[in-house]
Amino acid sequence: MDMLTFNADNGYLEAVVRGLKASLLRRQDYTNLAQCESPEDMRTILNSSDYGLWLQNEPAPLQTQALYDCLMNRLVYDFRSIRGQSYAPLSTFLDYVTYPYMIDNLVLLLMGVLRNRDLSELLDKCHPLGLFEGIATLTAIHSPEELYREILVDTPLAPYFAECVNVHDLTEMNVEIIRNLLYKAYLTDFYQLCVERIGGMTGSIMATLIAFEADRRVINITLNSLETSLRKDERMMLFPRVPGGLDDEIIQRLGRADDLQAVAMALDLSSTYRALFQRAAERGEYSLEDQFLEFEMKLLRESFDAQFHYGVFYAYFRMLEQEIRNLTWIAECITQKQFAHASRVVPIL
Amino acid sequence: MSQRQVLPVVPSRMTLTQVKARLQGARRGHALLKKKSDALTARFRAILREIVDKKQRAAELLRDASFRFVAVKYVVGDELKHIVQESVERAETRLRVRFDNVAGVSLPCYRCVSGSVSTGPVATSTIATAAAAAAVAVARNDGYAEDMRAAGPVQTGVASVAQYRGLGRGGQQIAACREAYNEALLALVELASLQTSYLILDEAIKVTNRRVNALENVLIPRLENTIAYILSELDEQEREEFFRLKLVQNRKKRELARTQAQELRARERRAAQALRAFDMNSFEQALEPDAANTPSILEQIAGADADLLPI
Repeated sequence: MDMLTFNADNGYLEAVVRGLKASLLRRQDYTNLAQCESPEDMRTILNSSDYGLWLQNEPAPLQTQALYDCLMNRLVYDFRSIRGQSYAPLSTFLDYVTYPYMIDNLVLLLMGVLRNRDLSELLDKCHPLGLFEGIATLTAIHSPEELYREILVDTPLAPYFAECVNVHDLTEMNVEIIRNLLYKAYLTDFYQLCVERIGGMTGSIMATLIAFEADRRVINITLNSLETSLRKDERMMLFPRVPGGLDDEIIQRLGRADDLQAVAMALDLSSTYRALFQRAAERGEYSLEDQFLEFEMKLLRESFDAQFHYGVFYAYFRMLEQEIRNLTWIAECITQKQFAHASRVVPIL
Repeated sequence: MSQRQVLPVVPSRMTLTQVKARLQGARRGHALLKKKSDALTARFRAILREIVDKKQRAAELLRDASFRFVAVKYVVGDELKHIVQESVERAETRLRVRFDNVAGVSLPCYRCVSGSVSTGPVATSTIATAAAAAAVAVARNDGYAEDMRAAGPVQTGVASVAQYRGLGRGGQQIAACREAYNEALLALVELASLQTSYLILDEAIKVTNRRVNALENVLIPRLENTIAYILSELDEQEREEFFRLKLVQNRKKRELARTQAQELRARERRAAQALRAFDMNSFEQALEPDAANTPSILEQIAGADADLLPI
């Protein structure tokens, strides 16, 4: 029974997260921000929010890159503070939340090694959340094999690497395919963690979220590989399959799809994605990706309705990430004088 | 005004003809150069108009492209830029240079050639999907336009790494961004060729105009002055010559007159003496025929010569 025991270990952290979620920007804030003339005006508005603390020591002409770094620092700080106070099941859950960043970092490092660039430069380009303890030793690596062994030893991603990528694959197989294979392995592993090992309320809520993430990637992979020379079976191989996601019939059709029409027809079978797809097709402004983001925000908001589960942590950090994207979008639009587009963001709450 | 000096030349008829020939050549050259500079300025003005609207167009395209890159960053996140920067090896777009000739001035005309190239060390621009790489190329578009060299044989459609970028997320945005930047690049390449030819033409026009003016204001007037100078010199010489002859004549006349005068005086003197020593009887004796007693020359020379036979 979650309700009895949950608060003992995680009650405080859940309260912290709900407090942080309350401080996320609202639609009204976004409309105000969209009317700003320059990032400096944005800073004055943001001072009233939680970001004030982070933005205060930035030099006067606020650059979008500096703004992005501040926002990212805030995210990392929040995450590390919560991660630091979490106990066994929650700590592993939070680590799993950082694995996507780790995958991206490793892909970046792998590409650096393939181009035999020294990795120390790349290290500071990696996402801060995706760093792991042994990353400092990576600077001494010069060949993919070494990197592979290093990964197997040091990183929590070792099972994914072992399962789907072997040593000689590192060089020939396109790095993007490696990334998607890793992601697929990660999603299934994450699903098992939430549903089997943790179970209960977390399992049910996280199942829907992970299923959505998996379906989203399936659709994206299909759409993005229509013109490329990716073979059909390779594409099928990249599809992350999670129980509760798209059912087999749709997956098969998507696997065989050759053009947009075929994809649209395949998605007709699933009610949710059909709506998303149509809305994306009609309103040119909002691309399919925006539809996915909107749908995801809806799911994340729903996850906050229930209590006593770890889903709130995952949801909060995804929301914070979306907020960072929104703010960066507005800042970039303002600096590039595209004020009309500045208001076109996906609001969170 | 430049000083109107004259060529240091010996004023003779021969140099006159030479200078005349040079003047003729100078005039013809001046006409030609004038025509050339007019042609160049016409082309120059045409290029100027083209540059103005090309620049606007390029600016618009770049703004649109960088905005699309913002959309990519929104969807895919910031690390895409790093990954693509790492993954670039060869440029996908290269420049072909072709020189066309305007009034003797060769103007470069660059053309984009897409498709990766098999071998050869080529000075290329790095055109990858990510704006960052393209931005670098964009930033030094004029600079690199000059030292572009024709690329080797071109293959098209080599499956580049970029194809799978954003497979999991944001693929459409990346493709759109890629197209936008390619378009912007094409506009910039045209702009680059226009601007380089603008500079070259500007230089050529300056040189030609300088020559035209030099001819017009310095050389031709100087040659004309020289001719005038020579003519005047020749006239003067003629006059001098004439004057000298006249002098000589006068002197001769005077000499003549003097000699005649002396003669006359001598004659008068002799006549006067003769008049003074004249008396009538010696005159008549003188007139008698005494020829008989005067020995002939022969007798005078021979005298009593024994050898002669008395005939």
